[in-house]
Amino acid sequence: MTKKVKDEILHDHNKDGVDRRGFLKCMAWAGTGALCVMQGGVLKSYSLSRLSDLGAGATAAGELSFVQISDSHMGFNKPANPDVAGTLKAAVDKINGLSAAPEFLLHTGDISHLSKPEEFDTVDQILKATGKDVFFVPGEHDVLNDDGAQFRERYGKSAKGSGWYSFEKKGVHFIGLVNVMNLKAGGLGTLGHEQLEWMEDDVKHLKSSTPIVVFAHIPLWSVYPEWGWGTDDSAQALAYLKKFGSVTVLNGHIHQTMQKVEGNVTFHTAASTAFPQPQPGKADSPGPMKVPAEQLRSILGITDVNYVRGQHALAVVDSSLA
Amino acid sequence: MWILVLAAPVVAALLVSGSRSFTARAEQTQASSAEVKIDNFSFGPAAVTVEVGTTVTWTNRDDIPHTVVSDEKVFKSKVLDTDEKFSFTFTKPGTYGYFCSVHPKMTGKVVVQ
Repeated sequence: MTKKVKDEILHDHNKDGVDRRGFLKCMAWAGTGALCVMQGGVLKSYSLSRLSDLGAGATAAGELSFVQISDSHMGFNKPANPDVAGTLKAAVDKINGLSAAPEFLLHTGDISHLSKPEEFDTVDQILKATGKDVFFVPGEHDVLNDDGAQFRERYGKSAKGSGWYSFEKKGVHFIGLVNVMNLKAGGLGTLGHEQLEWMEDDVKHLKSSTPIVVFAHIPLWSVYPEWGWGTDDSAQALAYLKKFGSVTVLNGHIHQTMQKVEGNVTFHTAASTAFPQPQPGKADSPGPMKVPAEQLRSILGITDVNYVRGQHALAVVDSSLA
Repeated sequence: MWILVLAAPVVAALLVSGSRSFTARAEQTQASSAEVKIDNFSFGPAAVTVEVGTTVTWTNRDDIPHTVVSDEKVFKSKVLDTDEKFSFTFTKPGTYGYFCSVHPKMTGKVVVQ
């Protein structure tokens, strides 16, 4: 017998439509496969086994469906995962098996482990099996030694600056940002003045009803600054998005799923397809976490995102590779 | 026998100067060295004090690549994968702050006297 879960908001201290209990519930499910839906500014969470409760509208008949993958770290070969090509292939199988086929993929960086051409080649080859376009932003591992020249040559020929760009899909405005360049001693991720100015200009003429999806490698919210898990000037970027009713921020970098809602902004980080990292502060460093081999695929994963026109919400579903 | 007698004062001089290790070269210059290890996303020791002419060698012992980059762009390593090393010889006195450009929360300094 399944226990009926109450999703009403009990205490809405921040007037953001989310009470602590509801948020934690969403967090707790995020690692195992959860659906967190924003409807009219209200966060609702469902376990994957209750997807049918949502009706056809929210997932199956979404007008736009895409998948986020992150942190492939091709070239990594340490004990935490000696076969990152194998787990990326498993992610591709997962994507190809989705009931609602995604229109395209977002890769939120750390494609490679050491920025080697053959590492990028391998990822490109494996992702080809999805038959989908892939939109990339770089992680810090993709811009080693050459300030990102190779990355831009491969993935960002029409991008601005160090590789940022925007595009439209079915009325949704996507903004790919770069926050892994020109990092300063002691600091966090950085967007920089030039990119922020571009972004302000990029969204200025959009209607406030336009759903916005921002994707970048390092979280654009302060997850755990002690480990560098945040972006120094992200508040400025988010200030440009205040007028929009629906903003979804998708990041990677921390190799675990995490979600936070602030007003109309939903922040979400994706799992890695390569290796897990510890929860904030739960280890001496954020280095690769070794788990028993049989558990590895249960903490790697992909993120499926659905947009239904007329609803504020973009539904974000994490599923593991297990 | 004659060689040994000559070598003894050199060894004594090296021992009293107090640096961590020495190499006596044919031309009788002395080059000292110091080591910094990278473990768990940190430089150890985070601060080293050395004499002018010292070569500092960093070794990355993490499963994740790091770099060693001077704040003032005096030196800059390529990316160091696991067990790779980077060395720099300090020829001028001063305090040289540095960080990992991949993980900028990692900082350290070399004080050259």
